[in-house]
Amino acid sequence: MTHERKSETAGPQRHLSGRELDRFNESVLPYLDAAHNLARYLLRDAHDAEDAVQDAFLRAIRHFDGFRGVDGRAWLLSIVRNICFTRLRGRPSTGENVEFDEAIHTVEEEAPGPEVDLERQAATESVWEGLDRLAVEFREVLVLRELEGLSYKEIAHVSGVPIGTVMSRLARARKQLLLALSPSGPKEKR
Amino acid sequence: MQCEEVLERLSAFLDDEIDPVESREIQRHLDRCPSCTEALGRMKGVAARLRAEAPYYRASDSLRARVSQAAWSDASGGLTTSRRTGATPRGWLAAAATVVVVVGGTWLFTAVQSQKSFGSMEREVVSSHIRSLMASHLMDVASTDQHTVKPWFNGKLDFSPPVTDLSTSGYPLLGGRLDYLRGRPVAALVYQRRKHLINVFTWPDEAGADSEASPRTQQGYHVIHETHGGMAYWIVSDLNPEELSAFSRLLVTGVAKGQAR
Repeated sequence: MTHERKSETAGPQRHLSGRELDRFNESVLPYLDAAHNLARYLLRDAHDAEDAVQDAFLRAIRHFDGFRGVDGRAWLLSIVRNICFTRLRGRPSTGENVEFDEAIHTVEEEAPGPEVDLERQAATESVWEGLDRLAVEFREVLVLRELEGLSYKEIAHVSGVPIGTVMSRLARARKQLLLALSPSGPKEKR
Repeated sequence: MQCEEVLERLSAFLDDEIDPVESREIQRHLDRCPSCTEALGRMKGVAARLRAEAPYYRASDSLRARVSQAAWSDASGGLTTSRRTGATPRGWLAAAATVVVVVGGTWLFTAVQSQKSFGSMEREVVSSHIRSLMASHLMDVASTDQHTVKPWFNGKLDFSPPVTDLSTSGYPLLGGRLDYLRGRPVAALVYQRRKHLINVFTWPDEAGADSEASPRTQQGYHVIHETHGGMAYWIVSDLNPEELSAFSRLLVTGVAKGQAR
């Protein structure tokens, strides 16, 4: 098992054997589109997303001997997601790199929270704009569930959180997206 | 169960990620609670809109080439960039398990070792599938209407491929194109499931007895081969094997219905 290195371009090369390359081509490479799509939604920048995916693949190649499972998609996406979150944290403050706090981001309606901001804004027309307004963790869970069709267990693996967290996060994310897309921004009634 | 508990679990209920006992309780509640049923409908609606309208950002050809080249050159001995693009040094070509040919932005690869472990037909259809996604030559005829797609093949093939619309089952037809497999022109039909594309290659196989096979994996793509009514079908996608199997059953029954009519 190799360990994470700081930079993907530093350190001694570790080469894939022919057999490993076959396995890599079969179990990881087909998820390039999924990797890119996730990075694009997390980073919201075409150039950054390509960079992140390339980094992720270099890391995946380097650490391929640590890949034991059969689920190459979840394995690759977890690498992509970690690289993207590291990049987001390194970005100049835009309000986005505020630590995601499940407790804050899942406050109920009576407390001022993200929903209030959403309601104040005019309802958006497009799904893309709606997604764009959500916290990055909510975008992540929606992309993994709705666009990739991952199970809660797989999402938990990718995001490194318990399944219960996936469940509550996805419920909140859907509710917020619903609010963002509602024509006159009607408050979700419980 | 009270409305509040039900609403809390609706999202997981929608995804069928809730234990069966709770799921039945929720269903019972929904049967008699219009407001929770409405909330479920709204949630389904937003999920459907997301799947239908959110753009899916596929990797560019250049990123794909860079990434596959990185894996390949890593396997062939850590080539430097200049050597990789320069003239082919003799030594490592023999050592490399994989040969990548970069031709004007498109690339093909043949995993030499895979040839031993997989049927050559699987390999061929997967290569065709990958090429169709990369070379912006997915469709010669882009239409969701089976009555447009089917006649398009007239005169281009010496057979008439069965074309079935499965959009009501969640696998819309996108179109078709001519492809070339095993030294003969074949029909390729393109379907979609969420953001996943499915290629169906079909041609007459009079000798083949009706058969169906479970999905096999080739380079991470799932491949199903079926023979029905004298036609061979090769179905390829990166869609999960369960949904791809469901698709292949729908396709075959759809074809059978079409012929009975």
